[in-house]
Amino acid sequence: MSLFDDLEQVYQTAQAALEATESVAALESWHADYLGRKGAVTLQTRSVGQLPKEDRPAFGQRVNAIKQALEAAHEARARVHKRAALAATLAAGAVDVTLPGRPVAPGHLHLTTQSLRQLYAIFAQMGFEVYEAPDVELEAYNFDLLNIPAYHPARDMWDTFWVDPSSPSTSEGIEGGDEARLLLRTHTSPGQVRVMRERYPEPIRVILPGKCYRYEQITARSEHQFYQVEGLAVGRDITMTDLIGTIKQFARLFYGPENDVRVRSSYFPFTEPSIEVDTNCTLCGGKGCRICKYTGWIEIAGAGMVHPVVLDNGGYNPAEWSGFAFGFGVERPSLTKYNVADIRYFYGNDLRFLRQF
Amino acid sequence: MKIPLSWINDYVKIDDIPIDALRQRLDLAGLEVGGIEIIGHTGAELPWDPEKITTAEVLSVRPHPNADRLVLAEVDYGGPEREIAVTGAPSLFARSGETGLHLKVAFAWEGATLYDGHAEGWTQRKLKATKVRGVLSRAMVCSEKELGLAEEQTDIIYLPADTPVGVPLVDVLGDYVLDFDIKGPFGHLQSVFGIAREIAALYDRPLRRAPLEAMGRLGLRAVAQPDFLELVIADPDLCPRYTATMIRGVEIAPSPLWMQMRLRRAGMRPINNIVDITNYVMLELGEPLHAFDYADLNARPDGDQPAIIVRRAAEGEPMTTLDGVPRAFDGEMLLITDGAGPVAVAGVMGGLDSEVADTTRDVLLEAASFNFINTRRTSQTLKLFTESASRFGKRVDSELAAVAAARAAELMADLAGGVIDPVMGDLYPGKPEPRALHFDPALADRLLGVQIPREEQRRILTALEFELAEGADETWAARVPTYRLDVERPVDLVEEIARVWGYDHFPHTLIDEALPPLRRNLSLEEEARVRDLLVGLGLDEVITYSLIDPADEPRLLCRPEDGATSGDAELPGEPVTLLNSLAPERSHMRRTLLPGLLRTAASNLRFLERVAIFEVGHVFYRAAPPDPESGETGVAEPRRVGALITGPREGRWWQAADRAPLDYFDLKGVAEGLLEHLALTDRADWRRGAHPAFHPGRCAEIVVGERVLGVLGEVHPLVREAFALPEQPVVALEWDLDALLDAARAADAEKEVGMISTYPPVYEDLALIVDEATPAIDVQRAIVQAGHPLVTRALLFDVYRGPQVGAGQKSLAFALTYQSPGKALSEKDVEKLRGRVIKKVEKALGAKLRGG
Ligand SMILES: [Zn+2]
Repeated sequence: MSLFDDLEQVYQTAQAALEATESVAALESWHADYLGRKGAVTLQTRSVGQLPKEDRPAFGQRVNAIKQALEAAHEARARVHKRAALAATLAAGAVDVTLPGRPVAPGHLHLTTQSLRQLYAIFAQMGFEVYEAPDVELEAYNFDLLNIPAYHPARDMWDTFWVDPSSPSTSEGIEGGDEARLLLRTHTSPGQVRVMRERYPEPIRVILPGKCYRYEQITARSEHQFYQVEGLAVGRDITMTDLIGTIKQFARLFYGPENDVRVRSSYFPFTEPSIEVDTNCTLCGGKGCRICKYTGWIEIAGAGMVHPVVLDNGGYNPAEWSGFAFGFGVERPSLTKYNVADIRYFYGNDLRFLRQF
Repeated sequence: MKIPLSWINDYVKIDDIPIDALRQRLDLAGLEVGGIEIIGHTGAELPWDPEKITTAEVLSVRPHPNADRLVLAEVDYGGPEREIAVTGAPSLFARSGETGLHLKVAFAWEGATLYDGHAEGWTQRKLKATKVRGVLSRAMVCSEKELGLAEEQTDIIYLPADTPVGVPLVDVLGDYVLDFDIKGPFGHLQSVFGIAREIAALYDRPLRRAPLEAMGRLGLRAVAQPDFLELVIADPDLCPRYTATMIRGVEIAPSPLWMQMRLRRAGMRPINNIVDITNYVMLELGEPLHAFDYADLNARPDGDQPAIIVRRAAEGEPMTTLDGVPRAFDGEMLLITDGAGPVAVAGVMGGLDSEVADTTRDVLLEAASFNFINTRRTSQTLKLFTESASRFGKRVDSELAAVAAARAAELMADLAGGVIDPVMGDLYPGKPEPRALHFDPALADRLLGVQIPREEQRRILTALEFELAEGADETWAARVPTYRLDVERPVDLVEEIARVWGYDHFPHTLIDEALPPLRRNLSLEEEARVRDLLVGLGLDEVITYSLIDPADEPRLLCRPEDGATSGDAELPGEPVTLLNSLAPERSHMRRTLLPGLLRTAASNLRFLERVAIFEVGHVFYRAAPPDPESGETGVAEPRRVGALITGPREGRWWQAADRAPLDYFDLKGVAEGLLEHLALTDRADWRRGAHPAFHPGRCAEIVVGERVLGVLGEVHPLVREAFALPEQPVVALEWDLDALLDAARAADAEKEVGMISTYPPVYEDLALIVDEATPAIDVQRAIVQAGHPLVTRALLFDVYRGPQVGAGQKSLAFALTYQSPGKALSEKDVEKLRGRVIKKVEKALGAKLRGG
């Protein structure tokens, strides 16, 4: 048996032993056993002196080659062990990913605020700015100046909350004459005269959003408080086809591009001609259902050309100016879109309802 | 307003138009159909099978061989043989043994579906052939209930004598009842004939005017003073016309089936022939009529004929109306009187004493015209809402009075055997002048934006009975029909043209003009930002009612006994209260957002453990008298932001959660977050506040510059209790939104953004002992000031009281950050800086370094 054979023998043993290591600790003691200072392979270099001179370089080279090979094998083996150890740690660290996350309580915007913002954004694209008018109104602005005189049958369309003119807590009181009766606005239309009087003689393109109030019994279908958005355009040459086009544009943006509208003749005292605009009933797809009264259409807006009396009251001569106005209910589209059963959910503020939006 | 299609069809032939197409056309033209009740036709709740339910004729009736209460009717149903129907109908039973009869009836074969006449409510059943006491019955004679025409099971239905035999019943009695929902004061659309006239124009079809022409058929002559009555209109401003027609010798009886059926389908209850005729003509022509029992009208004292005097009531004048209610009238209400006293409230309701009764023989028929505004005022003031008042209130053509009176008289002669006095009393002090409008068809082009050909415009206006004459410059003089009381201006004609031409033919365009000068609505944007920030800070937005319970204000101010007053500093101005409210708890415009938030929290806590909400909205108070001249309402409507939190800090979770109740510092954290986003952290002063709604020791007032933003604090336990909130901390704030946004705008304008240092910061903790009364914020600010600009942060992280610092003292521990914009700070620098800070804070606040 030559020294060379011994060397190869050690090498084979070392390889087999490496293969057999099962842990990082075993691996380290293997390293000490074979490659440490007193390791089997290291000790082989000491036997080089026993060899003939001419064999010594070859032996030395072979020992180094074996050392390198074993070091590389050791490293590879170490990687395997580390991976295995890591895998075991990871396996032990698994969680049930379906467990709930740490609760945070995100806030929500009220549904009406969201609807109003959509309306503002759409009309801003069409050049309509937002103009705000008061909730508590003079009778004149809510009715008379809009061509609705006292006791006129048209007033039946609006059940009104009237403000008590006397003042409960002081003797002076804050009374005006009959001319100065106050009420809670029944619609956003009084803003029409306010904005016209403020802006004359500029052309006008505004929307008038706001809370409105009606003296109506509160039921699933009617509320005493609700929001409207009114639109008003006044210019030299504004027409009914412009009005229809504007509402159509709005409806496409608000309800979707496949949306269609239908225009019906209607009556409002402050517009002439007056129209109402319907859109396809999304609940039945136009086939007819209870919500659309079996017509396939749902009313979305009342509108018309501004009545000459109203233009005049706003300071615009109806012979030179024309205008259109339209009004939307803000809650109605959401009621239809989400099939909300009860309008009282809006201002009842049950958070279980509001958090769904 | 419900109108059977079959009735309209009397005046304009439309039974060839499919019902859906008709409805669509009417809807588009402004005659909105709110609903359609189908009778007998496909789609009805009980469709009448045309094969199995037909007309028939009863020829004879004979006793049932084996039953005392049943008879056998021999029926001709149009087939080759006669059919025997077993029936217990009272009227046929009474004719048992009669032959040679010609009674037209509704007849149903086996297999037909009918309502069960003897069941409560509506139960459908299929007719089966059965043996009834030994006699085979394969068919039956139907009652109204069995056909779904009446709720009560009475007798069988008898059809008019000229009804053909063996035709489907649906062709004879089937109908569509259109429920019109017509908006606006249009007296001319409040009748069957009025709707028919519109349809005739819409479809360009001939209109049958016979009902308008009774005057001529009867040869009636109108005079101011007939010999059966003295007529006086004392107040012609309220009564432009009064007609009185005399029908003598009427026989009060039920009206014929066809009339009853029309009335019922129109939603009215048949009473007797005279009352039914007045109602029928009102529905047909739109003129409310009133029938007096002539015998009940008081003769004049000297034995002369009775008088009808139309006059305003004396203040407080009494009368009991038809509904049995004694009423007193004011001096603006118009009465019909007979010399002895009132017999009717003009246009609203008759008096109880002159009502037509079974004994009535001579009828005095009133057809008049009353001022519509006054009629409405009377009806509203008396809260007496009748068909008559509703129609008069929508303006009725005064020309219609005599026309309708003649029509009703004609029916009373035909159906009640009355004899009409050929002279009609007719006082007409307010006969209107014929009206004509100067109309330029170019106006239609200008307003509509679409060119409707002149010939088409002419055709439409002519079809609507406007008489056109050529004027100068291609304009027209349009004579307005008397009944078109709504048409006042040329623009009204534009509407007529547009709606009949059809909006479905209009193109869609967009405004083709330069944009007006646009203004940015900054305040709206800023308001939106505040909403977004608060949502981002974890609050849910609510929008509560502006109308609140006035008692919520004293509840909020902890003085429920005395009520809130205008002297309360927390509630500005005079409240806006309502004259008419739905309920006491909705009778007062809010002057503060807090009650709405407290109520919202209370209602939500029934279902949720944690509530964190805010509202941005207006509050309202009267600040000055209204000034209609300038358009000032005198009501201030400032914007506020309010917030409220209550409940556990964190929701329950499967690991440890912080379940301590949300407290003052939680909401303060939210508020500070808001202030930080608005660049107001350093400008906002937190001071001890005193607001009666809050815990006296846990209430802060927030001030920026000179302006008070509002308060934040833990709600006072008594307030919590008054608003039915559970016993747990409830923390709320209410701030003046305009003040907040003004401050934010100023802060933004003055904001200076410095360089961000890249040199390493030095961190160190510093604990200072101060008097218990020294506010923490003062110490913090003193540190930052003393170390400016090198102390970039002083974060309070611990407050300690106890033996180590002594009584009446507290230790405040700050985490300080030192950083220079220009260099890395050396140990020496830091030492110097620390010394300066301590010295200055010691001097300013008497603070001592803890352990120093
Ligand atoms: Zn539908």
